Amino acid sequence: MFNNFFHKMASPKYFYTIAGILIPWLAAGFVLLFLTGLYYGLVKAPPDYQQGDSYRIMFIHVPAAWMSMFIYVVMAGAGAIGLIWRIKLAEVVAISSAPIGAWFTFLALVTGSIWGKPMWGTWWVWDARLTSELILLFLYLGVIALYNAIDDKRTAARAVAILALVGVVNIPIIHYSVEWWNTLHQGPTVTKLDKPSIHLSMLIPLLLMAFAFKLYYAFVVLMRARCEVLDRERHTGWVRELAEKK
Amino acid sequence: MNSDSLLRAFTLLLKRDLTLAMRHRAEMINPLLFFVLVTSLFPLGIGADPKLLQAVGPGVIWVAALLAALLSLEGIFRSDFEDGTLEQFLLSSHPVSVLVLAKVLAHWLITGLPLLVISPLLGVLLGLPGDAILILLVTLALGTPVLSLIGAVGVALTVGLRKGGMILSLLVLPLYVPLLIFAASAVDTAAAGLPVTAHLSLISALLVLALSLSPLATAAALRISLS
Amino acid sequence: MLEADALTCIRDDRTLFSNLAFRLKPGEALVLEGRNGSGKTSLLRILCGIRLPDAGAVTWGGTDIGKLGPDYHVHTAYVGHRDGIKLDLTPLENLAMARALGKPNDTTLEEALDKVDLYGFEDVLTRNLSAGQQRRLALARLLITETVLWILDEPFTSLDVHGIQVIEELLDRHTSGGGMLAVTSHHAVNLANTTIQRINLSELST
Repeated sequence: MFNNFFHKMASPKYFYTIAGILIPWLAAGFVLLFLTGLYYGLVKAPPDYQQGDSYRIMFIHVPAAWMSMFIYVVMAGAGAIGLIWRIKLAEVVAISSAPIGAWFTFLALVTGSIWGKPMWGTWWVWDARLTSELILLFLYLGVIALYNAIDDKRTAARAVAILALVGVVNIPIIHYSVEWWNTLHQGPTVTKLDKPSIHLSMLIPLLLMAFAFKLYYAFVVLMRARCEVLDRERHTGWVRELAEKK
Repeated sequence: MNSDSLLRAFTLLLKRDLTLAMRHRAEMINPLLFFVLVTSLFPLGIGADPKLLQAVGPGVIWVAALLAALLSLEGIFRSDFEDGTLEQFLLSSHPVSVLVLAKVLAHWLITGLPLLVISPLLGVLLGLPGDAILILLVTLALGTPVLSLIGAVGVALTVGLRKGGMILSLLVLPLYVPLLIFAASAVDTAAAGLPVTAHLSLISALLVLALSLSPLATAAALRISLS
Repeated sequence: MLEADALTCIRDDRTLFSNLAFRLKPGEALVLEGRNGSGKTSLLRILCGIRLPDAGAVTWGGTDIGKLGPDYHVHTAYVGHRDGIKLDLTPLENLAMARALGKPNDTTLEEALDKVDLYGFEDVLTRNLSAGQQRRLALARLLITETVLWILDEPFTSLDVHGIQVIEELLDRHTSGGGMLAVTSHHAVNLANTTIQRINLSELST
């Protein structure tokens, strides 16, 4: 029965229908958690004794950074599944995740920059995490660029899977080397984006935002995947029926 | 197929690529000129203060090496792709990853080794002390093969594309970052007279990792690009 | 024995062919016909194992060629649209490389060149040969390895009448000796001693 479930899940038409049902629920869940997280983060959590109120941007920055890493791993994993077992849906999920991951990385960069401005006085500092995020952004852009450059989308998906796997192996190495580099070239002031020592009242909004962002990823990836599925299956009967119904 | 014929295929392919390069000897000098030119641009851009040049020297030379390697990498599969010999590699009875290794080795001998040979000159141009120049040579000796190995994956992914060159840089340069960090730092540390065993071990680890994984990834990428 | 089952090929949104099936035995030749763009080259590339079919499978002796990998490639030789030879090498150098990639047979490189009428050109840079001579060199690759199945895409391109005759004789000799052939050609293929199966992809397509 489980086997049957997987077989069904791999069917694009079934996926399209199920995703369509799930999306509104996931979106609603996201809005709920996001607003609650914002409330706890902006209103209920106390100001930090060192950074005052400016630390609150961390409630966006940190979960965004977590998501940027998480999505890359999901993308590489889905790509690998698509490559090894030739499941079209895995390929679709992989390529649909790339732009979302890129945007989260960009968000982490921007919020990181905003967070740092009051402390460092400049909009950008080559902090270890920000530098790693910047390189991660390039890795995402590479995946997107490669996918768009190859005409045959099936070939494109397989190529991008290889690239993502190469990237996922390299990410820990890049991360480590950038940390190391950062400790070598530390200026007179410590420029690390230090989270204030975590107090429960700060942990709760952080986790709420982290879950909220996961739900956001879930419903947006499903939306994108549905579009990609329609595009890829446009010569099949069920897609033509859908188009005619509208 | 036994290992004897595999070794023969490897050696013959290596010889083939070296022969082809020698028949276009003039082209071999281009990456070298680029390397020297880019390095020479920096004093013109940032000023000729010896202390400044010595401080930025290791990083500048290594960035120039990265760019020169990238420039020369594109050719590694291009000609074989265009005349149909690349698909013959995929149809061979030997593992493609071994054939890829032969091609990458040939490519390194043709483009990487010259960079190595001319690097002391560049070290002198930027005022690096003798110890640093020695370590520069060692980092280039260990690092340029890594550049060829990692780059080969990128080229394999883009070999069929029209504007392959532009995307290649985007794909490959982020992957070069760890090597750049460790190598430039090694030369810097040597210039300060400190031991660099840690740096060199890290670079060697990158080399070993690249040697074991990159031919497989390149072979997979070639199969995808040629399908 | 080569067997194709339920093969489907889709390119650029068009289904070139679907549910294609055939069986090829030693001594037989498969001749593919059809208009330009009907999928002949794609089918040949699927038979080589370079291209994955969108559905269906190709088996060799009962096993999927994807699983066999090099164990399948050792039995096949492919000459596609592009010659697969390097212009900056001599014919001998080209053949030496081609031989090393497969399982060598007893024919010497010079003998192979002679059989395709390239005697005397062993050490001339391939760049300096005519298009017909280059094509014959590409086909000489077939003679230096122990292969059963020859997969040829428009082998007679650039060949003159005499050249075509020479190659046809070689192909015929191959199949009558127990070899197999999969060929596409605009020109009618004359193989006197071979059983020929014809598949016309234009007639098959929807």
